[in-house]
Amino acid sequence: MTWVTALLAIVAREALRFAHQRERFLAALVRPLVWLLVFAAGFRAALGLSIIPPYQTYITYETYIVPGLCGMILLFNGMQSSLSLVYDREMGSMRLLLTAPLPRWWLLVSKLVASTAISILQVYAFLAIAWIFGIEMAAWGYVAVLPALAVSGVMLGALGLALSSFVKQLENFAGVMNFVIFPMFFLSSALYPLWKMAESSPLLRDVCTANPFTHAVELIRFALYLQFNAAALAWTGLAAAAFLAMALWGYDPARGLVRRKG
Amino acid sequence: MTADPTTCTGRGPGDPAPGLSVEDLSFSYGDRRALDRIGFACPPGRFTALLGPNGAGKSTLFALLTRLFTSRSGRIRIGGADLSRSPRRALAAMGIVFQQPTLDLDLTVRQNLTYFAALHGISGRDARLRIAECLDRLGMAERARERARDLNGGHRRRTELARALLHRPTVLLCDEPTVGLDAASRSAIVDHVHDLAAWGLTVLWATHLTDEVRHDDHLLILHRGRILRDGRASEICGGATISETLLRLTEAGS
Repeated sequence: MTWVTALLAIVAREALRFAHQRERFLAALVRPLVWLLVFAAGFRAALGLSIIPPYQTYITYETYIVPGLCGMILLFNGMQSSLSLVYDREMGSMRLLLTAPLPRWWLLVSKLVASTAISILQVYAFLAIAWIFGIEMAAWGYVAVLPALAVSGVMLGALGLALSSFVKQLENFAGVMNFVIFPMFFLSSALYPLWKMAESSPLLRDVCTANPFTHAVELIRFALYLQFNAAALAWTGLAAAAFLAMALWGYDPARGLVRRKG
Repeated sequence: MTADPTTCTGRGPGDPAPGLSVEDLSFSYGDRRALDRIGFACPPGRFTALLGPNGAGKSTLFALLTRLFTSRSGRIRIGGADLSRSPRRALAAMGIVFQQPTLDLDLTVRQNLTYFAALHGISGRDARLRIAECLDRLGMAERARERARDLNGGHRRRTELARALLHRPTVLLCDEPTVGLDAASRSAIVDHVHDLAAWGLTVLWATHLTDEVRHDDHLLILHRGRILRDGRASEICGGATISETLLRLTEAGS
């Protein structure tokens, strides 16, 4: 019971903090909407898409990139929560969490669940706006995508958690942006299908295939069309487990939370 | 602040709970030894002042006591529990006021305390009652709805102290909690924590400010990672002031 009480409190705290940061919510929505309404509109003519699973007919480019943009929201939020963890650590509130009389892995998993829940809310807000602009999925697709968003959100949140344990200062976060977010996003199937990538470089296609973000996007894409992509789920799940293990190692007290001299 | 803190500690005078003890504890940052085989015991229901200049190793010791760091050598017992073998029991037995502010500035005083209570498995009516009691004891009841960001330094510290007592710990750890406070706020907090000790709470209070230590307190003088003195403050100082004694010992140890 104590564990559940703590989990609910951590989720509630994240939700309250999020409610106080309306700018963060707007920024998280504006970013994918710009891609959807500006970038996709421009690229629609340039990119020809063939019929590939899960699609059963020709689709517009806007429709193609919606799952990738859902992934983008999860990715940016994962990094954003990682940034807030570094901030929490510098500000001391991480100490409060880690000195609670609960297993550390549970506290970190609770933090992960909380940040994933906030990310998923934002994805649904984005899907609602996309629907207003005429990009519709099957009604049940909006339900089926929920577990896919949860698994992908946990994977990307765990990556953020792991990074936050290694990034020592807030100032170093620009490096994370350059070296994690952009390669992960662009070297994936979020903006173009992998066969299209293979036309220009088979090597890049292989890199994209190895990128766990690609599998997260495909998991979301298939779920939105009421199809199950077992391989994508397995890869995303494996990456989530690996990132979570890294995060738990990073926050192991034997390594020290912040080994500052004092 | 009210002098009678029984509702927060759950104990009365002459009713002390198990205290805190450290045996043979060492810690290094790479090649630099921060703590060198230190050992001491904080008697139950006493105010123990851990006095030392900056860089003495106080914060490292607190990081070890709160399990933010762990060390392979030595042993720490808190409230009757071994910190490395039963960390959850030991953590549940201690209340902590960190040197760094740890309030969530965007949340209200009550929300901060509710969050902390839940981390200790306290929720619902029980949490509401305890929060009301602890805020009342620290004279913060009227500020329960204010955002932490809008509080002054003294009130933030009082909130953190109220929070540290919510789960009725047997041991209270305070790591230089008066840093940055004005004289009146500092004095009020020091007096209140002395009262808590008088009512049965075991207190370990790290500071480099000698005027926060009273002559009948248990005093530990830490310098360069070693305990230089351990005993009653008046006995350690003889006829000298605590400040003179600290200067003499740390200069001799330099």
